[in-house]
Amino acid sequence: MTAAPLLVLQSVSKVFRVGNREIVAVDNVSLDVMKGECLAIVGESGSGKSTVANIVLGIYASSGGAIFLHGEELPQRRASTHRRAIQLVQQNPLSSLNPKRTVGASLRLPLDVHGIGEKADRWKRVSALLEEVHLPADYRSRSPAALSGGQRQRVAIARALACESELVVLDEPTSALDVLVQARILKLLKELQRRRGLTYIFITHDLSVVRNIADRVAVFEKGRMVELGTVESIFTNPSHPYTRSLIAAVPVVTDEEQALKDRLARPTEEEFERI
Amino acid sequence: MKRTLAILVSNPLSALGVILVAAVVFSAIFADFLVPFPSHRGAVVDFANFNQPPSWQNLFGTDLVGRDLFSRVIFAYRISLVLGVVVLTIAVPVGVTVGLVAGYLGGWTETVLMRITDVFLSIPPLVLAMSMMGLLEPTLTNGMLAVTAMWWPWYTRLVYNIARSEKEEGYVLAAEVIGASRLHVIFREILPNCVPAVLTKMTLDLGFVILIASSLSFLGLGVQPPTPDLGSMVADGAKYLPDSWWLTVFPGLAILVAVFGFNLLGDALREILGVEQ
Amino acid sequence: MTEPTLLIRDLHLSFKGYSGLVEVLHGISMHINRGERVALVGESGSGKSVTARIVLGLLQMTRAARIGGLVAFEGQDIAQLSRRQHHRLRGTRMSMIFQDPTSSLNPVYRISEQFHEVLKRTVPDIEREEGDRRAAGLLSDCSIADPERVLASYPFQLSGGLNQRVMIAMALANEPSLLIADEPGTALDVTVQAQTLKLMRALVARHNTAVLFISHNLGVVREFADRVYVIYKGRIVEHGRTADLFDDPRHAYTRALMDAIPRLTGGGIPEIVDHSDSYLAPLIVHEGCAEPGGAR
Repeated sequence: MTAAPLLVLQSVSKVFRVGNREIVAVDNVSLDVMKGECLAIVGESGSGKSTVANIVLGIYASSGGAIFLHGEELPQRRASTHRRAIQLVQQNPLSSLNPKRTVGASLRLPLDVHGIGEKADRWKRVSALLEEVHLPADYRSRSPAALSGGQRQRVAIARALACESELVVLDEPTSALDVLVQARILKLLKELQRRRGLTYIFITHDLSVVRNIADRVAVFEKGRMVELGTVESIFTNPSHPYTRSLIAAVPVVTDEEQALKDRLARPTEEEFERI
Repeated sequence: MKRTLAILVSNPLSALGVILVAAVVFSAIFADFLVPFPSHRGAVVDFANFNQPPSWQNLFGTDLVGRDLFSRVIFAYRISLVLGVVVLTIAVPVGVTVGLVAGYLGGWTETVLMRITDVFLSIPPLVLAMSMMGLLEPTLTNGMLAVTAMWWPWYTRLVYNIARSEKEEGYVLAAEVIGASRLHVIFREILPNCVPAVLTKMTLDLGFVILIASSLSFLGLGVQPPTPDLGSMVADGAKYLPDSWWLTVFPGLAILVAVFGFNLLGDALREILGVEQ
Repeated sequence: MTEPTLLIRDLHLSFKGYSGLVEVLHGISMHINRGERVALVGESGSGKSVTARIVLGLLQMTRAARIGGLVAFEGQDIAQLSRRQHHRLRGTRMSMIFQDPTSSLNPVYRISEQFHEVLKRTVPDIEREEGDRRAAGLLSDCSIADPERVLASYPFQLSGGLNQRVMIAMALANEPSLLIADEPGTALDVTVQAQTLKLMRALVARHNTAVLFISHNLGVVREFADRVYVIYKGRIVEHGRTADLFDDPRHAYTRALMDAIPRLTGGGIPEIVDHSDSYLAPLIVHEGCAEPGGAR
């Protein structure tokens, strides 16, 4: 990890107008994402974590603030080159792959859109991408329906790699998968990060996963970032009560974990009522 | 393929649909070789045999100028099918494109396109076709034009609704994040997911186009004599009911068989392609 | 010894598809005693949810389903029940909670109206006012601070957590002897899920309700259940008391499942070696957990 931030969020906000009401989904968030790190953004529904991701990806225009990639400000309307620079892996691979297009067609799209590689070589690239996520190259002629959930997610990851972007937003990439599959996908993500020097923004509500994959953690509550720290500090000595209650709510399978939860205090009566 | 066969075998009505449609299409294509009197499709007169009831020689009897009704019914199928195919080849691409664009782009485009569609949908189809035919010459071409004008909005509605829900799917977001063009998203991502529903509707509609074209010619606004047409045959024969019953009953049955067949096939297709209703 | 509340013996299920019979359950046996919380845990497609649907009598209506074996509820073979008798059981002696509370409630009726329908199942002529009074009591048992407001609301006006509590209150309203909870709270946030489980645990203990708890989440199971059945591809592979099973998982599949869960205490992402052949090894039963009557 070098000192230069790859992505900088500067006082970013997002306000949605519903009828006459204004809903502040993201409230003045400033955040640096370092090159090569895995930054987890955790929070529950309504925390604004997904909205932040969508602003970073340029799906939503922000209502205020600025975003810098490599020190250069990203415009609200992203050009094709900006799009290429930040990629996404979605939660549900069943929906994120077009059921009517083959795996190969889905993987070729980013190559064709951005003119990556010689036209004649693109099928070779598709095969290489599949191999990189440990799928046989002949899967390119298959339809997503013929793949298991884990295999589909591998294809979705390969598609994100195809753009050769440095920054990948992972939006709950394993929460629709079974645990055995989840473990394999997480391993793959780690391996790719190492090999390609990727930077991840990992959006999730699953703190057990965060503990084992992230370098730093940003905790979001109701549109605000309430805590930011290294994974060690967040899990050994969380300072914000919301972080503590999040950790305390994680269902665990071993006594050591239970001991950690107990030590980090249970939610207070007040917090119980608020939920 | 195996599934398709299994559905057809397990559901006799679906199988019947396939058989009826196959029979109609086959006889329309090979009419020249199948019918006993191919020349009777045109302006032939045989006063020696006029207005004869069904016999072995003339299965459906003969008409008022002595032409073999069976031969004419089969040739009428050809006209009806051609009409149906032409109408759908124009109406479907237009309707589908408008629906896709409105559904995906949303905003002003959607409002304008869908209001125009609603205007067309609010006019009863037969009235629209009749007024168009009243303004224009009642020829086969104009008949097709009239039917087409009232047909496309249904495809717009259908595809618009599918596109609006598909737009929320992750694969559309994925294509947008990659930076794919709107054209790509509309025609390469969303359109393929509309195909099963459109195909099913087209099959059902072939039956209805035949029906509506027959209604127009029944009213004297469609295909003109001497070209054989089921609707005008029923209309002409109706004056001679009940004595010369064959003049109306057989063309009427022919319409029924075609419409029924395409409906059953459409339902079968819906099941095979897994289209939600 | 009294009858178990739920007894399942050698339950088979297959679906008739276009390409022949597909076997989903390969003869599973399990039991739940009075007031006991029993979990059936497995991955998607393991057959855990269809088991719940058979107990509820919902799958029997599916034409393609072929069901064999015994399911007895309070000593009564449910295959012997008429559809009407079964319907009468559901929502009274046997009730259920589903994964997504918001979609399980009807959006066009107020909570009060839906509650009234539930209460009418056991007291057909219950007055609206009496019903609201009882509902308010049940809701406050579920730690809902202002039951009157909740009763007057439509489901979409309430949070997911509140809807889940309303579902729990409704499910327990008629004092069922068996509650079937299919992935309860999975659609909710973790903190809300934790509160909901705690609440549910306290309530079923108070009412002495037996629970069949269906889940894919071992952590949740550990916090809720007394006994656990682990199911893999339509076969029960391990069965034991919760503490025993978590302290000493013996079946290769259970071990793989446990190892695959990232730990809150760290340790990196677990290495998964595929041993799927050993996952099909025979059932392992922990001490003192034999099926009544010696079935296996």
